[in-house]
Amino acid sequence: MNKVYNNKAWFLILPMLLLVAFSAIIPLMTVVNYSVQDVFDANTRFFTGTEWFETMLNNPTLQAALLRQFAFSFTILAIQVPLGIGIALLMPKRGWQASAVLILITLPLLIPWNVVGSIWQLFTRGDIGLMGVGIRQLGYAYNITRNPADAWATIILMDVWHWTPLIALLCYSGLRSIPDAYYQAARIDRASKWAVFRYIQLPKLTNVLVIGILLRFMHSFMIYAEPFVLTGGGPGSSTTFLSQSLTTMAIGQQDLGPSAAFSLIYFLIILLVCWVFYTAIMNMQKDNANQGGA
Amino acid sequence: MAQITLKALAHSYSTSPDGPQDYAIREMDHVWHQGGAYALLGPSGCGKSTLLNIISGLLTPSDGQVLFDDQVMNELPPEERNIAQVFQFPVVYDTMTVFDNLAFPLRNIGTSADKVKQRVAEVADILDLTSLLKRKAKNLTADEKQKVSMGRGLVRDDVSAILFDEPLTVIDPQLKWKLRRKLKEIHEKFNITMIYVTHDQLEASTFADKIAVMYDGQVVQFGTPRELFEVPAHTFVGYFIGSPGMNFLDVELTKSGALVNGVSFPLSQRFQAAMRRAGSRNLKIGIRPEFVEVLPESSDDTCVVEVKNTQDFGTYRILSFHFAGQNLKARIDEGQVVSGDRVHVRFPDAHLNLYVDEYRVEVGDE
Amino acid sequence: MTRSVPTTPETVRQQAAESAAKRRKRARSAPIRWRRRTLLGLYLVFVMLPIYWLLNLSFQTNSEILGSFSFWPQNFTLGNYVGIFTDANWYMGYVNSLAYVLMNMLISISVALPAAYAFSRFRFIGDKHLFFWLLTNLMAPPAVFLLPYFQLYYSVGLFDTHIAVALAHCLFNIPLAIWILEGFMSSVPKEVDETAYIDGYSFPRFFVTIFIPMIRSGIGVTLFFLFMFSWVELLLSRTLTATNAQPIASIMTRTSTASGIDWGTLAAAGVLTILPGIVVVYFVRNHIAKGFALGRT
Repeated sequence: MNKVYNNKAWFLILPMLLLVAFSAIIPLMTVVNYSVQDVFDANTRFFTGTEWFETMLNNPTLQAALLRQFAFSFTILAIQVPLGIGIALLMPKRGWQASAVLILITLPLLIPWNVVGSIWQLFTRGDIGLMGVGIRQLGYAYNITRNPADAWATIILMDVWHWTPLIALLCYSGLRSIPDAYYQAARIDRASKWAVFRYIQLPKLTNVLVIGILLRFMHSFMIYAEPFVLTGGGPGSSTTFLSQSLTTMAIGQQDLGPSAAFSLIYFLIILLVCWVFYTAIMNMQKDNANQGGA
Repeated sequence: MAQITLKALAHSYSTSPDGPQDYAIREMDHVWHQGGAYALLGPSGCGKSTLLNIISGLLTPSDGQVLFDDQVMNELPPEERNIAQVFQFPVVYDTMTVFDNLAFPLRNIGTSADKVKQRVAEVADILDLTSLLKRKAKNLTADEKQKVSMGRGLVRDDVSAILFDEPLTVIDPQLKWKLRRKLKEIHEKFNITMIYVTHDQLEASTFADKIAVMYDGQVVQFGTPRELFEVPAHTFVGYFIGSPGMNFLDVELTKSGALVNGVSFPLSQRFQAAMRRAGSRNLKIGIRPEFVEVLPESSDDTCVVEVKNTQDFGTYRILSFHFAGQNLKARIDEGQVVSGDRVHVRFPDAHLNLYVDEYRVEVGDE
Repeated sequence: MTRSVPTTPETVRQQAAESAAKRRKRARSAPIRWRRRTLLGLYLVFVMLPIYWLLNLSFQTNSEILGSFSFWPQNFTLGNYVGIFTDANWYMGYVNSLAYVLMNMLISISVALPAAYAFSRFRFIGDKHLFFWLLTNLMAPPAVFLLPYFQLYYSVGLFDTHIAVALAHCLFNIPLAIWILEGFMSSVPKEVDETAYIDGYSFPRFFVTIFIPMIRSGIGVTLFFLFMFSWVELLLSRTLTATNAQPIASIMTRTSTASGIDWGTLAAAGVLTILPGIVVVYFVRNHIAKGFALGRT
């Protein structure tokens, strides 16, 4: 769309800008300020330069948390994206069933994150939980407070339960926007089901999938409440992700400088990954006259 | 390669049609011969798209049969009918190159790579797409996209017919005639049955050898463009074909001769005889504006009419006039002088048509 | 049911698609149909099972929960719910949560609408950078802002008020709203605006009476997302409140006491947090299919 050049548009932006600036810029400045100082009390502080950043980057606990974080984010994306597409393809398209399935599938998205943790805690406990008791009945000594593998599997299952609906709904909506003519043309061209998926449905889903993957990556990278309630980060620190490490450090230990430096590193990692992903996708979609063909 | 026969075909979108008004296609029989270039012409909502989709198999007719040669096709899905269809809005597979788009229908039936290459090259050449073969289909212009969708129909050598559903709607006017010529060329080259749906008479008559005019769910006339113009079989055809459309006069027959709204109308004996035989009160006389003669002086077979206005179209003018309270038109040459607000007109007997209950009746020679 | 006769090739094909779908359904072999249903059914069971379990436990007393394992309540009790609704500390948690969520939705949508319009229709100095900066706020982990927020709102005297949480959630909700709305607005052709101005509409009147109704499903979906992210957030809302504006999510932590966890009340409280979500989905259900693609297909 050809946009008109008009600086009066700033007046439309202004109220929004004031609000977001209040919520974003001032706190961010505070964080930056702390990250380069060593604060003893309200009146005593020293400039430390990049010292906190170096300390944080070399901190083995945080490195481990970062690794776990990446492992977690990629695992859930690898499960949720194909599963979400599959469910979107299975969902009924018309009638009351469509509405009913939509409502049921959307439910997990609207449950407070700590309640999601509680639900899964109740569901998986070995004494009162349906799943916990069920698995033990099958003969496996399932225990998320003792066995790190069980804890991991449960957290991933919880996240799949919690967030696959987002991908499924985005894809469902994307599929609904494909004009019937495409399916009809494909029938006349005698395309197989796979060809219809690969050349009609998947291309139409690219845009919504990019949105879905970005949102999922960001939120999984910031995950806090669900594992905190479900496992408390344990057993040991096997399910302690970045947010939890950060809050422990900032609130629990009151290490202002290091935790501020850590915050900034954390923020930058998310930005960087999102940027790289987005740029890569955009480059893939560009028409390259020298490629393709046969 | 096939002849397409529609046998007692009718279609209703409602599950329990109450009467003819519920039918998008009223019962009809029709034959499209192998290798013909046909147009299906009619206004919006007359059922032409419905008919096309029934032929391609996207819709199953509620009554009657669709036959290809002698085989009943009703139950066969489009993929088994060997038919290609080009839609109003171009459908291309965005992520594929033009080459892959054209190759798609062939690859779907497992054609060998060599054959694919050869066919695609051939079709691309005809459609002037050769230079675009390596481009992604997404970035093409609307007319290029439409050519690609046509190309997908042409690459298959097993198609018995190609159906076009108002394919040039989204194309710029200056490109329209180019594409239409292309289609004509292709038709001559491949000898494939083509059915072209449109609401534009010019498009229909430049493309097709024979035109089926549809009105209210029925084919009211099937003929060459010339026949449609000269002997419209139905008042709708007269009115729809030609610009401006045919003039119609409601006539009644009395002992003293033919009357239009109580005004006497000069009509030969053979017409009066035919009207007497008709046995209906719904009688109309039709004449093309091109055949109405405007004369400077009166004679015994002319009428005096009141001129309303003239419109200048460059090489000719259209004269609108009142006769017995009805608005009529005549086409006159540029040089002809019409003065005053009253003129004499003649309706030549040879160019008059008689319509009984909206359908044309042969008058015969006495 | 009588359908009117379609008048355009588009509607004809739509009807063709419907009848083809029906025919396919009939023709599709029973095993394939059942496979589809079974797979979807399995997923729905997976979605509903944990929620069912929560519901099941919420109707049991603690002694029943801990004493015997059963698939449905043996001694059905509403005691847990009664406990919540008779204790002001408990039910005020819901009021507090709903209060700041609604405030946040109102603030976010009213500043995001004009801003999104500006981004979708005009170019201006710094537009691209500004948009990018907005999106980066979506990616800011709330954990990063905990301490500065606490200090900021404490120093301006807003600590432990609803508005503090509502404003804090603006951090990610306003950018999200602008991002979603911009997509919808850009899919409305610009000619609409121009025609309205030629017809003599002033900008505010055009915006409210013509433009907003045109992007209804977009606004519906945006409100859905605003509700969702504000309602489910715990970290910021817990940090910025103490007693007066404490959200239900943080009150729920009270169920674990020295004498153990009050499972029944926890479950009942959990069930009650799901209800507002159901109401919201019910209202937007017809917009989800179209609107969830966020205007970007």
